[in-house]
Order: sequence, then structure tokens, then C-alpha cells
Amino acid sequence: MQARMIVTLRQGVLDPAGEAVKGSLAQLGFNSVEAVRLGKVIDLELSETNEADARAKLEEMGNKLLANTVIEDFQIELL
Amino acid sequence: MKISVVTFPGSNCDEDAVHVARNILEVDTVSVWHEELELPPETDLVIIPGGFSYGDALRAGAIARFSPIMEAVRSYAEAGGLVIGICNGFQILVEAGLLPGAMLPNASQKFICKNVLLDVETTESPFTCELDKDSPIGMPIAHHEGRYYIDAEGLATLKSNQQIAFRYRDENPNGSLESIAGILNSTKNVLGMMPHPERASEVLLGSIDGLGIFKSVKHTVEVNS
Repeated sequence: MQARMIVTLRQGVLDPAGEAVKGSLAQLGFNSVEAVRLGKVIDLELSETNEADARAKLEEMGNKLLANTVIEDFQIELL
Repeated sequence: MKISVVTFPGSNCDEDAVHVARNILEVDTVSVWHEELELPPETDLVIIPGGFSYGDALRAGAIARFSPIMEAVRSYAEAGGLVIGICNGFQILVEAGLLPGAMLPNASQKFICKNVLLDVETTESPFTCELDKDSPIGMPIAHHEGRYYIDAEGLATLKSNQQIAFRYRDENPNGSLESIAGILNSTKNVLGMMPHPERASEVLLGSIDGLGIFKSVKHTVEVNS
């Protein structure tokens, strides 16, 4: 099973890389961009065949290692 | 007295820490590979050194915190053993949950390598008891992920419990919350700091201010033995 985890900085945590990208977009004329937040995409291949099991495992992986929940949130997608 | 210095794949300040502990502080010092399951018996201080453990993959310190030796370090710290995490060592300790908060990339997005001055915020700890709150100490920083972060509640706890050990004195180099450069755990036996005291422990290197931290520990251990 293919899975994707999207890790983003929590709201309220300053993202200077996102700010830099926003500045560059504005310079290119994309003035409608009001905020940019950068994150990570982690693609995983799992041997699980049951979606609920896979989600439970991914949740555990996110909390233990793939995200630092002090500063990051994560979302799980099964593809 | 015995000091154990842990080496992870990618550590690069471990030899400096061993050198200062063994040759400057003149303490029996052991290098410990991260795959070990136990710390050397009668260890009085564990140093988690700086570097780029596991190439900072995922987040600085995120992989190293699961190295086999870290379970022993956790048990040791929970039993009151003294632990200093320097730079990447600090990052590893916050990832491991042995210190509160988290580390983010520097606000400038640059790797910063420079000398800084630190205010000593508390002398009520085994690591700072020989220091003076009125005498700032100078030593280098060298990191890309040193922007210390903790939520408002956590910050209030750090303050009320006097867990902030060091603050950057002049400009805040990395955007850390309230210029925090180093913190203690709630029981004051674990210290994490981004600046490098082991690089400021010999006159030849331009500052011996870092040595005061190691001397504080030595004093604490000798008084208690």
C-alpha cells in the first residue's frame, strides 16, 4: 500500500523559509499570495493491506519519529 | 570522577569533548559508541557532543535519539545522573524528550558560526554553580538549527522553575525564543546548550569561559562524593 505523510509546521511557529518563498513570489508579481508555509512530504510503501491498520501504524510513526509534534502537525494520505 | 562521551555516526565534536575532559579538566574519560547498551560503570557525567548525527536526516537529532545507548542515557538521567548536550547533543536531548521544547532552523536560514556572549541566568545548577551571573561568558556557536521553541505554558514553567541556563547577551543569533541559548530539565541534572563550551576551554583557542561549566560539574561531583 502506498501512503503519504505531509508534515507541516504548526500554526504560530515562524517559518522563515516560507516567508522567503512568499517574498520571492511577490517579487515575481504574484501579489495575491498572503501566506506560504513549507513542509515535508514523506512517501512510504507499506506491506499492510488493511487501511485501518495502515492508518494506525502511520499515526504511530508520525508521533514517534516522522514529525516532532512540539512544532509540527502531520496528515496521512493512503494512495 | 568519570566522564563518558557518546559518539554517534556523524558526531564531530566528540574528540574535542574527550580532549577537554581528559587533558584540561584532568578527569578519567571514556568514549562510548552509540551502539553500546550500557554506560560505563560509575559514570559521573555524560556528554552528548555536537556534530551532524545521521546527517541531520528528518530533523537534527531525530534519528540519534533512538540509538541503542540513548535508553541507557535516559535511565541514567531519570535516576539523577548528570548529562550535558552540546549543540547537536542539545537537539538530540529535546528530540528524546529529556529536555522540553524543540529546535527549529535558524530564523536567518543560515548556518551561523561565530563567537557569542552568554548571560548566565542561574547558578543554581550542577553545571553553572562555579559561574557568576554578573560575568557573561564567551564561546562559539556553530549551527543551522538552533532556534529554540517552546509553547507559552512551557516557557512559563521554564521561567518559574529557573530552568533557563543561558541567554544570548547581545543580538539573538538564531531567533530562539527569548534569546534562550541553554536550558535545564526540571530536576536540573540535564543541561542542553547550543554554544560550544568545549571549544572555549583553552587559552590557545581564545577563551576559557567554557571550562567554567565543566569545572562546575567537577566541583559538584567532588562535593557529593
